[in-house]
Amino acid sequence: MRVSFNVNGEDVTADDVWPGESLLYVLRERLGLPGSKNACEQGECGSCTVYFDGVTACSCMIAAGQAQGREVRTVEGLAEGSGKGSDRELGSVQEAFVEAGAVQCGFCTPGLLVQTDDLLERTVGAGRPAPEDSEIREALAGNLCRCTGYEKIIDAVRLAASRRAAAGSEA
Amino acid sequence: MEFLSPSTLEEALEAKSAQPEAVPIMGGTDVMVELNFDKRRPPALIDLTRIPELTEFGPDGDHVRLGAGVPYTRVIEHLSERAPALARASRSVASPQIRNRGTVGGNLGGASPAGESHPPLLATDAVIELASVRGRRRVPAREFYLSLRTTARREDELITAVLLPEPSGPQQFAKIGTRNAMVIAVTSFSLALDTERQAVGTGLGSAGPTPLRAEAAEEFLAGEFDWEDGRPLAEPVVREFGRLVAAAARPIDDQRGSAEYRRHALAVMARRALSWSVTDYRKGVTRCA
Repeated sequence: MRVSFNVNGEDVTADDVWPGESLLYVLRERLGLPGSKNACEQGECGSCTVYFDGVTACSCMIAAGQAQGREVRTVEGLAEGSGKGSDRELGSVQEAFVEAGAVQCGFCTPGLLVQTDDLLERTVGAGRPAPEDSEIREALAGNLCRCTGYEKIIDAVRLAASRRAAAGSEA
Repeated sequence: MEFLSPSTLEEALEAKSAQPEAVPIMGGTDVMVELNFDKRRPPALIDLTRIPELTEFGPDGDHVRLGAGVPYTRVIEHLSERAPALARASRSVASPQIRNRGTVGGNLGGASPAGESHPPLLATDAVIELASVRGRRRVPAREFYLSLRTTARREDELITAVLLPEPSGPQQFAKIGTRNAMVIAVTSFSLALDTERQAVGTGLGSAGPTPLRAEAAEEFLAGEFDWEDGRPLAEPVVREFGRLVAAAARPIDDQRGSAEYRRHALAVMARRALSWSVTDYRKGVTRCA
């Protein structure tokens, strides 16, 4: 079957899609977007988290056909500017992860970035205070890091949140 | 395998009637696991996410009609006052990403004894709405679960909605697991006090082959509870309530916990839920006075 949807602002079409395959598979194997990682395939690890019509979801649990006509934003869509690779600048959440040393093996990072971006959208981005640690932990509860780098990850979220709050109050 | 994308309920019901083995999919949090791990190859998937009626909720007489495809996140955001036990249970489901997709309808379709929705639906005497090309019918949650993963849903039927009664007293949900998130319940418990009818409702999860009620515990507490003022209950009454809840369980030993531990945990959760309810009830009584 053919599936057409919008990824990171671009209309895309995938052909020869098997009706039981996941959106994650379509992104990685058919559309050349390997940022979303395939780890558990059962919604336990969060490594494949994407925005699906504006709400975060595990793309391994979305059937490809369910994406028809929908809007998907992957970790590749978090970087700012157009073009590919080094033509683009890291988004503010990505910068914070780099600075805080929140990346070890990196496999869980794409999912954490998308989920953190969503948390900041819903808090500081919506005029609410920066999230408390308990709120950060709850928001990231579905993203597993097996290098056990959680402390640095939470540092990164705090850093991104404080910068975003500061940027918001200047604007 | 076929992928069907009906845009109306009528089309979906026709598809289900023509191919009863076709599997409905909404949030995909159960169905996709089975497909990803090659555990199931249905002849067709029926995607129900494009049927507006299934993703809406609103008043229906003295009930709230919750479309079968409303994700847990929206139940938490919008129904925490109109369906407190179900909203609390929804809050304990998996992770934010899963709550954004998973639905009460999917929980009912899979009918895992560990499903978080079931204990609150039993405790609050909710009603399940089923539809087929033959028409719609309503089945009380208390008659819905028949045996392990088998429900009153007929093979050509789709679960369309849940009818949640207006709360008439405190409602609780408690769950035991190894951490706060991403936990399949070791066991869970829901309690609802119905002030108007002076009745008690219970629901037990992961405590037997199906979600269960503790009917003897319900009757006992309805008789002992001070419906006038909600005075705290004597310790032996609280203990007996816990004992009767645990006695209603038919648990097994498995990788998540032993039967003995489950019975113990149920008695503890029942006593806690009762004490929270007494506190809430007294607040309610004070407010009304």
